[in-house]
Amino acid sequence: MKSGGIDIGSRYIKYVILEDTNLSEVYKLETGYDPLGTCRDLIDKTKPDRLLATGYGRHLLQAHHEVETITEIRAVARGARAFFPACRTIIDIGGQDTKVVQLDGKGSVAHFEMNDRCAAGTGRFLEVMARTLGFDLADFGDHCLGNGDNLTISSLCTVFAESEVISLIARGVKREAIAMAIHQSIANRVVSLVKRVGIRDAVVFAGGCARNRCLQKIFAEKLQQPIEIADNPDILSAYGAALMAREAVSNSSPD
Amino acid sequence: MSEKYTEMWRSLGLNLEAHQGLLAVLTDAYQGIYLSQKNRPEGMKYFDFVISEVHGLRIVELVEEKNKGKQIFGTFCLYVPEELILAVDGVSIGLCAGADVGTEEAEKYLPRNICALIKAFMGFKLAGLCPYVESSDLIIGETTCDGKKKAYEILNEITGKVYVMEMPHMKSEEGKRLWHSEVRKLAAKLTQVSGKEITLEKLNEAAAVVWEKRKALQRLAALRAADPAPISGLDALLINQVSFYDNPVRFTQMVNALCDELDARVKNGVGVAPKGTPRILVSGSPMAIPNWKLHAIIEGSGTVVVGEESCVGERNFKTQLDPHFTSVEQGLAAIAERYLTINCACFTPNEGRLDDIQAMAERLHAGGVIHYALQFCTPYMVEAYKVKENLGKTAIPYLRIETDYSMEDMGQLKTRVEAFIEVMKDGMAR
Repeated sequence: MKSGGIDIGSRYIKYVILEDTNLSEVYKLETGYDPLGTCRDLIDKTKPDRLLATGYGRHLLQAHHEVETITEIRAVARGARAFFPACRTIIDIGGQDTKVVQLDGKGSVAHFEMNDRCAAGTGRFLEVMARTLGFDLADFGDHCLGNGDNLTISSLCTVFAESEVISLIARGVKREAIAMAIHQSIANRVVSLVKRVGIRDAVVFAGGCARNRCLQKIFAEKLQQPIEIADNPDILSAYGAALMAREAVSNSSPD
Repeated sequence: MSEKYTEMWRSLGLNLEAHQGLLAVLTDAYQGIYLSQKNRPEGMKYFDFVISEVHGLRIVELVEEKNKGKQIFGTFCLYVPEELILAVDGVSIGLCAGADVGTEEAEKYLPRNICALIKAFMGFKLAGLCPYVESSDLIIGETTCDGKKKAYEILNEITGKVYVMEMPHMKSEEGKRLWHSEVRKLAAKLTQVSGKEITLEKLNEAAAVVWEKRKALQRLAALRAADPAPISGLDALLINQVSFYDNPVRFTQMVNALCDELDARVKNGVGVAPKGTPRILVSGSPMAIPNWKLHAIIEGSGTVVVGEESCVGERNFKTQLDPHFTSVEQGLAAIAERYLTINCACFTPNEGRLDDIQAMAERLHAGGVIHYALQFCTPYMVEAYKVKENLGKTAIPYLRIETDYSMEDMGQLKTRVEAFIEVMKDGMAR
């Protein structure tokens, strides 16, 4: 039996197919301006027996194809737990949302927090800043130097933070040092969410930003514990959704 | 309702074009959010009608009242005693403050980062969109929060008809003395504006009208404890919003008629959602009409809102006031005392509100509480922490939302609310 989990995020659509319990296919495509078309192509190509949608665009698929939905919070909880059975805390930094999820001993969601409406502290923030400094997002985290002392990016807003960065550039500060300050700024924001929820071992870092080595390092330092990261951290939600599709828990969808 | 009221709106000084735009948006929103609901009680037809005539027929009535020599008193807060307004034959109207309108005009006077409710009441006035504020003879403000009290200074500069009650922020002996004196001062002001003395007979009559209205609202609130819920949270919220500007006697009749229907629904196990649907209590900042955003998200996610611990909700009618005063002086004191039982977050400490939330959650069989704060509404934003701690003691699931009237965060809010409902359901299944 083929079970599909599709995670329609603000930047990327992640799609996972399980053949019984085995991961058989993984797709990651830009969400772009026609996410529904992209989803249709993926579904037509793979023809899953069961499908569950999650992510920001989940209701789009639900409205057009009557696909059941779950939130990305529940999906990432299931996915993270599948890779790391001891997981109790998840940091998931996506394109426009940052989520911190605390699980109980059985893996159910106990509490969660999300960033406020603005993009600071999200993947989008990193993307804007990488571009401003002329780095690729993919290896932005490898270009951080120093420990960010003397430099802080304090603005609550991505737009204002960008002008802070520009004024640092104008002062002649090395872009690698600014990069470090940017990473610390985003990490501080996420850590305050983590503290609000309460931290429990083990901590899993999920979402595309989990590939960023600088963020990995800062989280490990600030939270004073090892951070678990899957080989493919951005598919955890889609994977969780596929597992839940397989278990036919879709009837607990809120709609 | 357009053409036939155009002359009236023009004479009130409304900006006709912008006002037409506002009504069109309102009609669409009402269609999408309210009229699309399933299984609504028949009794909601009256309230649908009231909304369709919110800037029409009701304003005609107000103009007629004015022609009979009555005064219109606009208010923004539960702490302004309706009994006193009715005792001078006045009409009490809760003023428009629930939509993002006139933002550009408002921001000429106000900072960009201020609570949406304050920006809205300034915006409604400045953009010429609120026939109620234009009809008002006196606008009665109060010093509940910093944003409001400072904005009233500006609103007075613009309208010249703002009167402000000084609110104590502690329910101490000194605070009570201040409040009693403020109630007496308001009574004198109302007499001065209306030219009518507050007599014992008038005060008792007025208090009886308000007593009946509160009783009807209490009855509605109690019916929402049934599972399945006989009425949606959206509809109940609407009724509470309408309670601030409808004719109180007619409103009471209509709520009671609706409650008769809901009684039968409860008896027959009929509801707006199946039995066992997750039930949510909303608590926090007021939701002025037409702010239906959070309820629409919550109920759109397959749950039912069973109560509002809010000024537009339970705080408005929780405490009754026996309308049998023995003298005007005793009546004023009893009124002052009754109003001080409202647990607004502008007070410190405000432990009573925490107890109210617990009691409501229990009585209404709510499976979770969503704390709602308007962004920049500091008293509720900060008090959210205490609410969370207190609910933790009884392990009631809790979600904190901060938002405003704009629609840009709908996606995020929907994710949060749906995830919260998933957590609630998981808890119910265990």
